[in-house]
Amino acid sequence: MKKVWAFLKGCFVLMRKGSNIYYAWVTFLLVLMVIGTLAYINQLYSGLIVTAMRDQVSWGFYISNFTFLVGVAAAAVLLVIPAYVYKWKPIKEIAILGELLAVSAMVMCLLFVTVDLGRPDRFWHLIPKIGILNFPQSLLAWDVVVLNTYLILNFVIAGYMLYSLYYKREPNMKYVLPLLLFSIPAAISIHTVTAFLYNGLAARPFWNASILAPRFLASAFCSGPAFMILLFQVIRKWTNFEIKDEAVFKVAELIAYAMFINLFLLGAEVFKEYYSDTAHLAPMKYLYQGLNGHNDLVSFIWTATFFNVTAFLLFLIPQTRENFITLNIGSILIFIGVYIEKGMGLVVPGFVPDVLGDFYEYSPTGIELLVTIGIWATGLFVYTMLLRIAVPIMNGDFYVGEDGVHPYIGDQLFLVRRAAMHEKAPDLLSQ
Amino acid sequence: MSDKETRDKKIFRLTRRKALKGLAVGLGVLAFPGKDASASVWEAFFQKNFRELGKSEREKILARLEKEYSAQFGKAVKVKATPPVEGVLFGYGLDLSRCIGCRRCVYGCVDENNQSREPQVHWIRVLRLEKEKGVDLEHAEHYYNPSKVPEEGHFYMPVQCQQCENPPCVKVCPVQATWKETDGIVVVDYNWCIGCRYCMAACPYGARHFNWKKPGLPAAEMNPDTHYLGNRPRPVGVVEKCTFCIQRTRELEGRYPACVEVCPVGARKFGNFLDPGSEIRYAIENKRVFILKEELNTQPKFYYFYFT
Repeated sequence: MKKVWAFLKGCFVLMRKGSNIYYAWVTFLLVLMVIGTLAYINQLYSGLIVTAMRDQVSWGFYISNFTFLVGVAAAAVLLVIPAYVYKWKPIKEIAILGELLAVSAMVMCLLFVTVDLGRPDRFWHLIPKIGILNFPQSLLAWDVVVLNTYLILNFVIAGYMLYSLYYKREPNMKYVLPLLLFSIPAAISIHTVTAFLYNGLAARPFWNASILAPRFLASAFCSGPAFMILLFQVIRKWTNFEIKDEAVFKVAELIAYAMFINLFLLGAEVFKEYYSDTAHLAPMKYLYQGLNGHNDLVSFIWTATFFNVTAFLLFLIPQTRENFITLNIGSILIFIGVYIEKGMGLVVPGFVPDVLGDFYEYSPTGIELLVTIGIWATGLFVYTMLLRIAVPIMNGDFYVGEDGVHPYIGDQLFLVRRAAMHEKAPDLLSQ
Repeated sequence: MSDKETRDKKIFRLTRRKALKGLAVGLGVLAFPGKDASASVWEAFFQKNFRELGKSEREKILARLEKEYSAQFGKAVKVKATPPVEGVLFGYGLDLSRCIGCRRCVYGCVDENNQSREPQVHWIRVLRLEKEKGVDLEHAEHYYNPSKVPEEGHFYMPVQCQQCENPPCVKVCPVQATWKETDGIVVVDYNWCIGCRYCMAACPYGARHFNWKKPGLPAAEMNPDTHYLGNRPRPVGVVEKCTFCIQRTRELEGRYPACVEVCPVGARKFGNFLDPGSEIRYAIENKRVFILKEELNTQPKFYYFYFT
């Protein structure tokens, strides 16, 4: 226990050290977090009336972001499988980045659910034994269980690996491997359960389609990895952590498969709704064409569709997949495309038209945007801190000193612009 | 299952008190309700789910609420917790051939059930439908506002909680803050609801309403005859819904729900399904009835019928 404490203390010392750029970046995030917190306090004080949600559209931007981020978190599994099931070395070296991303995304998910609650002071009603968790009846109860399990799982795995490396020990795979293997179905389950959360509601035909969970998974395996490709490049550009090109390209290849399945499933759903042309077509019509003069989402969903198809083509062709300019364009397109499709494009049409045929067009208020920005900043802050610890440990720049108590810190700067050693192409993200 | 059995089954009392005390210390540091919080704020904070309360706990809570509301509204407020009567299963009938769309039921309900006036919360929504198209919700007009009703070529369909036998809203609640009582009424414990609004997404009838803001209820208009699970004043951030006027219908000298009473054309029928002589039984047995969204298997106890 003493050793854990010494490790944590070392980590705190480490987190306070860094270059000016590191300080500027963290300050920037902290400012956004403060702004988000202030906006949230305003919401707490006035009630959810400060959002644009109303009885007709009772979930909005918060739950959209939540849904999207569950996908991002689930995608860490795309690194764990090649790394530990197929033991492919270039990805094994970076699997931990995926696990840490999952931790950060889960933190954001839990925050988004919390800010959406009308009575956050009663969150303890969800804790089994102390409160009442309506398990297994309520899918939301399932979600509480699997999301927290997945968060703890990734935190424990990554934490134990880093802790072992810090003390210069081989991690005992006898303990880690079962957890790693368990994290694969756990990743799939968080997304499946989140899909079922919507899927199980017969009142909302837009969500009540069996294809919803497969679609969730397919799109998650696009957006999460796309985000990781962008992050990998930032990380290897700004820290002295090495990530091999082949690892990046392999992830890109996996995205191409996932995006194909995603587009195929979308097509299957669009066909079914339009060809059978029942009363259940209304929400889809509202989304893609506009209905009764209500068309707020139309331009968004077509943008998303265009982005996803373009990105699919870019990732399908090996030449464009292995060119960093087109690769990055594709990743950004996918990220935005899925953010729209699995966010507002999924949640809002479930409510429009509402169950009695009323139209209420929802678009988030300034408060909702500020709170959302604050939560994203919190997630990035968590990820930055985790990387601040993980990167030096993995590079052998942060380990326990000779005395066995005090840490040795080799990497004082962390964030420094490195000379591009991998690719001469201009990096879109470095500006 | 009798009410008592259900209640006993749901009891996870254990060492909740102790666990909560630990939690209280933690949260106390965060100073949740602030320094000037009175003891009752803490009592409300740690209050258990209504169905898990013992008799004396229940009475204490009702007394606390009565004191609070009486002070807040400047009149003697009664908060009852009358339990369901055995052998009673409430049912509702609405005669579409009579309804003229005057919305008196909407406002009669608001007056009786202490809904927020600012912003307005309505438990009943009257839809204007076209006679040519029949019951077609996709073409329902929610905001009709003519100088005179009924209008040529239209008929009206009021929709409120259908008190489903198989309620999807109850199933999805993550904390069991809403449930179906033995007399068929679906109720909400406003002190247990966490405001996640999953039930609103699950309800196929738009019957559940959320307090997006602290309800604006003028003291003069406040109805002091209330029920814990019904029309007592609601806090901000929780869901509410029609309870068949539980504060009226469960009493010994039971009264009709306010909407039944106020309807000027007698389109609304209410009674005990299990009583063979009741008006509602007659309507179901002898009239052409239908239920809304039958295909969803929610099994409403709210029947629409055509008398003529």
